[in-house]
Amino acid sequence: MTEELIIAGFGGQGVLSMGKILCYSGVMQDQEVSWMPSYGPEMRGGTANVTVILSDNRISSPILNAFDSAIILNQQSMDKFEQTVKPGGVLIFDGNGITREPERKDINIYRADAAAEASKMESAKTFNMIMLGAYLKVKPLVKVENVLKGLEKSLPARYHHLLGLNEKALQRGFEIVQEIHIL
Amino acid sequence: MEEYKLMKGNEAIAEAAILAGTDGYFGYPITPQSEVMEYLTMEKPEERTGMVVLQAESEVASINMLYGAAGSGKKVMTSSSSPGISLMQEGISYLAGAELPCLIVNVARGGPGLGTIQPGQADYFQATKGGGHGDYHLIVLAPASVQEMADFVSMAYDLAFKYRNPVMILSDGAIGQMMEKVKFKKQQERMKTQPGWATVGKTPDREPNIITSLDLDPARHERFNIKLQKKYEKIQKEEVLFEEIACDDIDYAFVAYGTSARICQKSIELAREEGIKVGLFRPISLWPFPYKEVGKIADRLKGILSVELSAGQMVEDVRLAVNGKIKVEHYGRMGGMIPTPEEIVLALKKQIIGG
Amino acid sequence: MADQILNKELIKPENLVYKKTKILNDNVMHYCPGCGHGTAHRLIAEVIEEMDIQSDVIGIAPVGCSVLMYNYFNIDMQEASHGRAPAVATGVKRLWPDKTVFTYQGDGDLAAIGTAETIHACNRGENITIFFINNGIYGMTGGQMAPTTLEGMKSSTTPYGRNIAMMGNPLKITELVAQLPGTCYVTRQAVHTPSSVRKTKKAIRKALEYQKKNIGTSFIEVVSNCNSGWKMPPVQANEWMEENMFPFFQLGDIKVPEED
Repeated sequence: MTEELIIAGFGGQGVLSMGKILCYSGVMQDQEVSWMPSYGPEMRGGTANVTVILSDNRISSPILNAFDSAIILNQQSMDKFEQTVKPGGVLIFDGNGITREPERKDINIYRADAAAEASKMESAKTFNMIMLGAYLKVKPLVKVENVLKGLEKSLPARYHHLLGLNEKALQRGFEIVQEIHIL
Repeated sequence: MEEYKLMKGNEAIAEAAILAGTDGYFGYPITPQSEVMEYLTMEKPEERTGMVVLQAESEVASINMLYGAAGSGKKVMTSSSSPGISLMQEGISYLAGAELPCLIVNVARGGPGLGTIQPGQADYFQATKGGGHGDYHLIVLAPASVQEMADFVSMAYDLAFKYRNPVMILSDGAIGQMMEKVKFKKQQERMKTQPGWATVGKTPDREPNIITSLDLDPARHERFNIKLQKKYEKIQKEEVLFEEIACDDIDYAFVAYGTSARICQKSIELAREEGIKVGLFRPISLWPFPYKEVGKIADRLKGILSVELSAGQMVEDVRLAVNGKIKVEHYGRMGGMIPTPEEIVLALKKQIIGG
Repeated sequence: MADQILNKELIKPENLVYKKTKILNDNVMHYCPGCGHGTAHRLIAEVIEEMDIQSDVIGIAPVGCSVLMYNYFNIDMQEASHGRAPAVATGVKRLWPDKTVFTYQGDGDLAAIGTAETIHACNRGENITIFFINNGIYGMTGGQMAPTTLEGMKSSTTPYGRNIAMMGNPLKITELVAQLPGTCYVTRQAVHTPSSVRKTKKAIRKALEYQKKNIGTSFIEVVSNCNSGWKMPPVQANEWMEENMFPFFQLGDIKVPEED
């Protein structure tokens, strides 16, 4: 198994930490992982993206331009990355702020209104975990228990009281994912 | 599994530095390697091992603090990125001239000048051919994973003290910023005694120890230079490091290090799907460069594509090694651009197979 | 023959009035006759011997006339690159906090190319001692303008005298470092007369003792002459120094620790 994933959105949406949690989940189940962020000034409020690879084998290039899956969190990222999903691959997007829905017919497209759910849960910070839940529903590559372990690893101890809330958010993501276009 | 950590390359170097028993780190922030000092200061190494971490006023000051500390026999390091390493070149030449062991990390970015903060590999000439003045060499190691970022720290110190020579880890922004899982070695104790040449205070049983790169007597200074060159010859003979990936039964090879070597591995997967038999020769020690080994592999190849995030620097050494036996071309991107695996396959077809 | 007999009679411990310190070796110094470096070296060496700290001292040599000073001292020394001695000293001292570490630098080294290292080492309050020999000129390279060259003073790059409008002002870096909270003791001395030599030696002793107390950087400027660079005989150079250098670079303590 090798999963090559791009997560892209605004800085501050938890793009990088979503990738990190996913990587830690992979580490928990003995997979090879890599996390390659875009870095630089664009991280400060501009667009941010991270390439995450989970694999049972040694990972070759951590830098890619074609992906098995894409998690898209804003319109700029949709414009930039829709075409990079491999035919037959998966694109999941949050509807909030999307002005042009994805148009590809050769990939599987899902929508998860994570931003709306996060505001219902009255915690904007749960946004990325809801999104991660939606992704894992579609692509169950790592076990939920390992995600929670990974979360515990990547969160500083002072935030460990939020683990319960994050677990709830992950579950919520499982529930809200909608199929838009399925091959 | 528990022992694996998920870390950025820069953080892995910092953690490995503490674990390797580093006595002192002197540095100055610069993107994309600032995490090294940030991690160190966060970790309170002064409590973990007694390691000293000091933010200097400039890269010029850092490298000279390194000189002073190395001259007094301590295990010390600095880290920076391309423009900062340029500023350090004078100090690096002095360190080589005074034969001081130390570790210098370059998490390289694109140049020239202020250039870009995105990854680059255009510091190959500077690192391997002597960026400072005079006839000297650094031992240059090029990691291609976060694990190697960690592993090369203690390896660098071993080489530095074995040969009384500065060692550079030449990485790049991609490997510095990317996270992979990494397993660390156990905590090494800091050195309890210093080498006999170190300036630690003159005791009655010996003559004063002098750390200097100056000698105004031409004959004596030439003898010193000859001695240095003999040391470099020995290093060239004994310390060459490289890796061959998928190199059995191949017609072509990529030669690449660091981030480029990682991308080339993906290119190999893609090329093999098309039936092109290509492998990767990865120099790990950029100096000493594996001339003999590249020359040897060339005997069974039809062509080599040297891939580097530069206008073509390492390709000169590859050509020297191949010595005209087969075709050697360079493919690279600059300015912080990174080639895609597909692009490299295309370059192989165009420049080597079809060319 | 008669001389030898006379010498034998004279060489007795009770007749000994001066003895060269063991901290200096017998190498012949390369300094010009009349230069202050030799005296400054001797005073530092004598204080090291008197304080019995030879095995604890690490000295950092500069680039300039005293670049080869390690050839004359019987202590462990490092040769720094131009201007970087305070950074080199910082590296040594941070890893050997119990040792006594000093730099010895000229005006070009300390106050021009190495200004940043000087200011920041002093501002961090590194527990080191900086000896600063100021002769208002670049001696080693042949008498060019230094940051401390006085207004109107001739040098090989100010052949018609230093023109402030064109070349800027002479720099009182000692007053500058005295402003920094990291310095504990800042003083300006000379070595051209027996009384100034005695005062300077006392200042050196104080500075090294303060270093033992870990209360910050101690900084001693020694205003000196460069008779060859100034193109004067030694005696005249000293007179010129008194008349011209001292009014601008006034001798005396600029900052002393509060306890004193």
